[in-house]
Amino acid sequence: MSTVQTEQTKSQSAKASDIFSALSRIRELPVMVALVALVLGTFLLNPRFLNSQSVKDLQLNATIVIILAAGQAVVLITRNVDLSVGSILGLSGFTTGTLFAVAPGIPIWLVFVIGVAVGGLLGAFNGLLVTTARVPALVITLGTLYIYRGINNAWAGGKEYFSGDRPKAFGNLSVDTFFGLPIITIMAIVVVGVLAVALGRTRQGRDLYAIGSEPEAARLFGIAVGPRVFVAFLINGMLAGLGGVLYASRFSSVGASTGTGLELDVVAAAVVGGVAIFGGVGSVVGAAIGALLLTTITSSLTAIQVDKFWQQAVVGVLILAAIIVDRIASLRRARRLREGGDSDE
Amino acid sequence: MTNDHASAAPIVLELHNAVKTFGPVVALADGTIELRKGEIHALVGENGAGKSTLVKILAGVYQPDRGHFTISGADVHFHNVGDSKAAGVSVIYQEPTLFPDLTVAENIFMGRQHLGRMRLISRTTMRQKAAELFEQLGVRIDPERLAEGLSIADQQMIEIAKAISLDASVLVMDEPTAALSGTEVERLFDVARSLRERGAAVLFISHRFDEVFALSDRITVLRDGRYIATHETQAVTVDAIVHEMVGRDIDAMFPKTDAEIGDPVLTVDSLTQKGVFRDISFEVRSGEIVGLAGLVGAGRTEVARAIFGIDSYDSGTVTIEGKALKPGDPMSAIKAGVGFVPEDRRKQGLVMSLGVARNATLTLRHALSRFGLITGATERRAGAIWTDRLHVKTGNLDAAVSTLSGGNQQKVVLAKWLATEPRLLIVDEPTRGIDVATKAEVHRLLSDLASRGIAILMISSELPEVLGMADRVLVMHEGRLTADLPRAEATPQSVMAYATAVSQ
Amino acid sequence: MSSTLTDTRTEASSRTLLGGSFGGALRSRDTVLVAVLLMALVFASVSVDRFASTVTVGYLLLDAIPLLLLALPMTLIIVTGEIDLSVASIVGLTTATVGTLWLNGYGFLVTAIAALVVGILAGVTNGFLIAYVGLPSLAVTIGTLALYRGLALVVIGDNAVGDFPPDLSAFVTSKIGGTGIPVVMVGVLVIAAIFATLLHFTPFGRGLYALGFSKEAATFVGFKGARAKFWLYVASGLVCGIVGLYWSLRYSSARSDSAAGLELTVIAAVLLGGVSIFGGRGTITGALTGVLLIAVINYALRLQRVPQEILIVITGSLLIISVVGPSIYERLRAAIHTRSVNKRVPAAVPAGGSDA
Repeated sequence: MSTVQTEQTKSQSAKASDIFSALSRIRELPVMVALVALVLGTFLLNPRFLNSQSVKDLQLNATIVIILAAGQAVVLITRNVDLSVGSILGLSGFTTGTLFAVAPGIPIWLVFVIGVAVGGLLGAFNGLLVTTARVPALVITLGTLYIYRGINNAWAGGKEYFSGDRPKAFGNLSVDTFFGLPIITIMAIVVVGVLAVALGRTRQGRDLYAIGSEPEAARLFGIAVGPRVFVAFLINGMLAGLGGVLYASRFSSVGASTGTGLELDVVAAAVVGGVAIFGGVGSVVGAAIGALLLTTITSSLTAIQVDKFWQQAVVGVLILAAIIVDRIASLRRARRLREGGDSDE
Repeated sequence: MTNDHASAAPIVLELHNAVKTFGPVVALADGTIELRKGEIHALVGENGAGKSTLVKILAGVYQPDRGHFTISGADVHFHNVGDSKAAGVSVIYQEPTLFPDLTVAENIFMGRQHLGRMRLISRTTMRQKAAELFEQLGVRIDPERLAEGLSIADQQMIEIAKAISLDASVLVMDEPTAALSGTEVERLFDVARSLRERGAAVLFISHRFDEVFALSDRITVLRDGRYIATHETQAVTVDAIVHEMVGRDIDAMFPKTDAEIGDPVLTVDSLTQKGVFRDISFEVRSGEIVGLAGLVGAGRTEVARAIFGIDSYDSGTVTIEGKALKPGDPMSAIKAGVGFVPEDRRKQGLVMSLGVARNATLTLRHALSRFGLITGATERRAGAIWTDRLHVKTGNLDAAVSTLSGGNQQKVVLAKWLATEPRLLIVDEPTRGIDVATKAEVHRLLSDLASRGIAILMISSELPEVLGMADRVLVMHEGRLTADLPRAEATPQSVMAYATAVSQ
Repeated sequence: MSSTLTDTRTEASSRTLLGGSFGGALRSRDTVLVAVLLMALVFASVSVDRFASTVTVGYLLLDAIPLLLLALPMTLIIVTGEIDLSVASIVGLTTATVGTLWLNGYGFLVTAIAALVVGILAGVTNGFLIAYVGLPSLAVTIGTLALYRGLALVVIGDNAVGDFPPDLSAFVTSKIGGTGIPVVMVGVLVIAAIFATLLHFTPFGRGLYALGFSKEAATFVGFKGARAKFWLYVASGLVCGIVGLYWSLRYSSARSDSAAGLELTVIAAVLLGGVSIFGGRGTITGALTGVLLIAVINYALRLQRVPQEILIVITGSLLIISVVGPSIYERLRAAIHTRSVNKRVPAAVPAGGSDA
C-alpha cells in the first residue's frame, strides 16, 4: 500500500518537476515574462496605457521591427548575421515611394511584390557572398550595409516621397483594423506564423538549426549548408523588403536615410528574444516578442513619464541582461549535468 | 551464439589489400577485413597500425588508393559518408558529434524526420519512434531532451539508435568503451549482442583485451598498416594476439642511451582532480625518461596538463626541484623550468599562421626582450640557433609553420621548449603523425636531453616507444596510477595488463 | 592527429596572395596597401583641383583623426579575435559628458579628466563582461553600444553644447607652420607609436597574436589571455575618451549623437587594412593605411563634388573586395593545392580513433 502511495507521490512530483524543467527550457520564457511584467507594471502605473489608441500605436510601431527581427532570427540561427537590413529596408521603401509617384495607377499588390523582390535580390547578394567567399557574414553585410545605403542615397538624393504621394488605400493599411489589429500587423503575424512553422516543422528548417549548432558536423552529415544559408539570407532580404513597403505605408516620408541604424535594433530584438548570436537556438516567435518588448519600452516609458531619454539605455541594459542570463543558465546546466546523473530514468 | 553460426554466415563486407597514403606517410599498406552477418568482430593493433584509417575507408571518409571493397558481394566505391550510410554502413566514433541544441529525437532522425499532416514534421511520431528504438536497445533516454550535455555513453546509444533506424547492416564502433565506465560498458555489450542477434555485423576497435575476448567472435590484427591475421576468438590467447600486434624487435629501434640518474626534478604527490584522476604520486629524476602509458582516456594528458598548470586540480602538490608549483599557472611552471610539448601540435603547440622563428621563440619572448621590447631580428637569430640544432628543414625562417611537414613542425615545437632550457620536459605523444625518419631523430634527441640531466616525462600510446625509451614506465587506468615498472619489468604484456586492469 | 577540414583551408589560406611566407605576406599586403595609398594620393593630386594643397592636408587629417585613433585599439582587439562595436557610443558618451560639464560651468581640466574617466569606465565594463564573464564580444558590444549611447542621451538630453573655449578649439585645429599638418597630429603619432610598439615589439604583442590564433596555444606559452583582453578593452575606452574630447573641441559641438555610426567605418577601415576578422593577423601600419586610404578617397571625391552616397558605396565595396578578393583567390589556389595538401594532411572526421 505505502509503496504504491510513495510511487504515486513520486510520479506526481516527478511530473511537477518535469513541467518545471520543460518550462525552464523554453528560451522564450524570460522575454515573455518581461513583456507581461512591463505591460502590467505600466498599466498599473498609468491605466491609460492600454487604451485602444495606444495599443494600436504600439502594434503599428512594432510591426516592422517584428518582421525584420523574425528574418534576422532565421539568419542568426545559422550562426550568421545580416547587418545590411536597415539599408535594404531603405531601398525597398524608396522604391515603393518612387513606384507610386512614377506610376500612380499601379496596383498595390504589385508594389508589394516589387518591394519584396528588391529586398530578396539584395539579400540574395549577401547570401551569395557569404556562402561562396567563406568570409564571416559580419564583414560581408557590413560592406553591403554601406553599398546599399550608398545606392539609396545616390538614387534618392535629397528627394523624399510623402504619404500624400501614395494612394489612400495604401496608407490605410496602417490605419484600418481587422478585429482590432491593424492590417499591417496582421501581415506581421502571418509572416511570423509561417516562418515559425517552416523553421520548426520542416526538414529544411531543422537543417538551419543543425548548421548553427555544429556547422562542421552538419557539413559532414551531408546537409547542404551552402544552399540553406543562402536561402536564409534570401528570406531575410525579402522580409526586409516587405518591411520597406510597410514603412512607406506607415510613415509619412521615405527618402535617402530611411532605415538607417535599424539593423542594431533588429539584432538586439532577436537576442533579447532568445536567439543566440552563436546560432542553433531560438525561434522567430521569440525574436518577434523581443521586438515587441523593445518597442513597448518606448511607449511604456512615455506612459509612466520617465524621461524618454532613458529608453536607449534601458534597451542596452536589456540586451546585456539577456546575454548574461543566458550564460548563467547554460553554465548552471553544464554544472548540473557534470555533477548529477545523465540519462533520465 | 557459437562459432559454427558465425563461420557459416554470409559475408557482408569485404575489404582486401586496401592502400591509403598521404604524401610520404603510408597510413595503410594492406588493409584487409572481412565481416560476416551476425558476428561481432574485433579489430586490434598498435597505434599507427592503420585501424582508424581502415575504419574511415569503410565510412566513406577516405577513398582508398587501391583495394577491393565489396558489400554483400557487390563492388562499392564510397565518395562520401552519405554513400556509405546508404549502403548500410554506420560508424560510431569515440566522441560522437551530435547537435547539442537539438533534441535527441531530432538528432536521430536529422534529415529524415517523420512527416505528418500537411507534410510537416510530426514531433509525436518522431518521439514515438525514438522511444521504440530505445526500448529495443534497452536504454532509457528521453527523446525530447536536448542532446547537450549527454554523457558519451548516452551519445553512443543515440548513434546506435540512428544506425538501427537506418537499417545498418554493418555497425562499426571505434574505441567505443574508451570513455565508458563499468555499467555503461555492460549496457553497450548487451546492445552489441542484440544487434548481432538481429543479423548485423558489428566491428569494433579496442585496446582492451578483456572486452575483446568477452565480446567478439573473431579478431583481426593489424600491424604497421598491414593485415596480419584473423582468429576465432575462442581459439586464440591474449599473448598470441599481443605478440602479433607488437611483433618487431623493440630494442633495435629506440636508441635510449644510458644516462646518469640524479635527484628528483619532478615530484607529484597525491594529485587529484575530481572525476578525472585520483591520488597520482610519482617522481621523475634528472636524466630519467619516465614513460606514462595507458589507454586513451586513462587521464594521462589530464595529469600532465594539471602539472603544467593549464588545468587546475583539487588537491595534492607538484614540486619542481623542491619548490612547489602554483596550480593553474603555466607561466610559473615555465619559470620554474618546465616545458610541455602538447598532444595537438596544430592547435596547442604552434601558432600555425606565424612563422618558424616566431613560433620557436614564443616561449622566449620575455627573455629576448630588452627594456620590454623585442625585434624580429632578435627572434630570427634565436630561432635560427635552435632550428639549426634540431635540423628543422625549412627554406626560410619567416615561412609560416603550416608549410612544414609534420615532423618538422614537431621539431619546431621541441625547439621552442628546449630554448627555455627546461629542467623537466613533458612530451605528450611526441611522435604522433610523424614519418619514421623524424621519429628516430626525435627519440635520439630525447635520449640526448636525458643524458644532459633533463628529466623527461613521456606520454605515449605507442607501446614500443614507451618500452624502448623509458627507464621507468608508469601505467594509468581510469584516472589512477596502477603501476610503476622499472625498465626490466616493463613488457608489452605487463604494461597492457595494468593499462586494462585485466589482472585485477 | 586532429587536423580538420578547416585546418586544411587555413593552411592553404595562410599562403598568401604573393605566394610567399607569412612574414613576406605581412610585408607584401602592407606594401600593396601603402602603394595603393600613394597611388591614390598622386592620382588625386593630379586630377582633382585643389587637392594638393596644405588646406587639404589640414582638413583631411583633422577629419581622419578620430578614425586613426580608434583604429589603434580596435586593431589589437580584432587581432585577439574579438570586436568592439561600442566605440562610437563611448565617444558619444564622452562628448555628452564634456558638453554637460562644460555647460554647468566646470573648468576645462575637470571636464577633460572626466571624459577620460568615463571612457575608462566604459572600457572596464566591456572588458569585464567579455574577458572575465566570458560573454561573446559581438553581443556584449551591441548591448553596450545601445547602453552608452542611451546614457549619452540621459546625460545631455536634447542639448547641443557649442561654446567651448575658443582658444582651445583654435589650438585643436591649428597647424604646424606652413605645412598644413595639424598640431594635434603629433599627439596622434605618439599614441600610434605606443600601440604599434605594443603590438609589434613587445612580448605582450607576441602573445596577442597567439591568442588570436588559439586560446590554447596562448595558454601553453604562459600568456594570460583574459587579463590581456580586459586591458585592451580598457585601452579602447580610454582612447574613445580622448577622441570624444577631441571631437567636442574640433567641431565645437557636443551632442548625444556625436560620432554615431563611426564604429562601422573604423572596422571597415581596419579590415581594409589587412587585419583579419578571424584574429591572429594584421598590423598597425596596415590599419592606419586603411584609414588614410578611405580618408583620401573620400576627401578627393568630395572635392570633386562626388556625392556623399557614392563615397559610401565605394567604402563598402572596398571593404568587401578587400576581404572577399583574397579569400576567393586563395580558395582557387587551394583547390589546386588541396589535392596535394590532402595527400599530406588527412582531413579528419569527428574525433577518430587511436591511430595517427
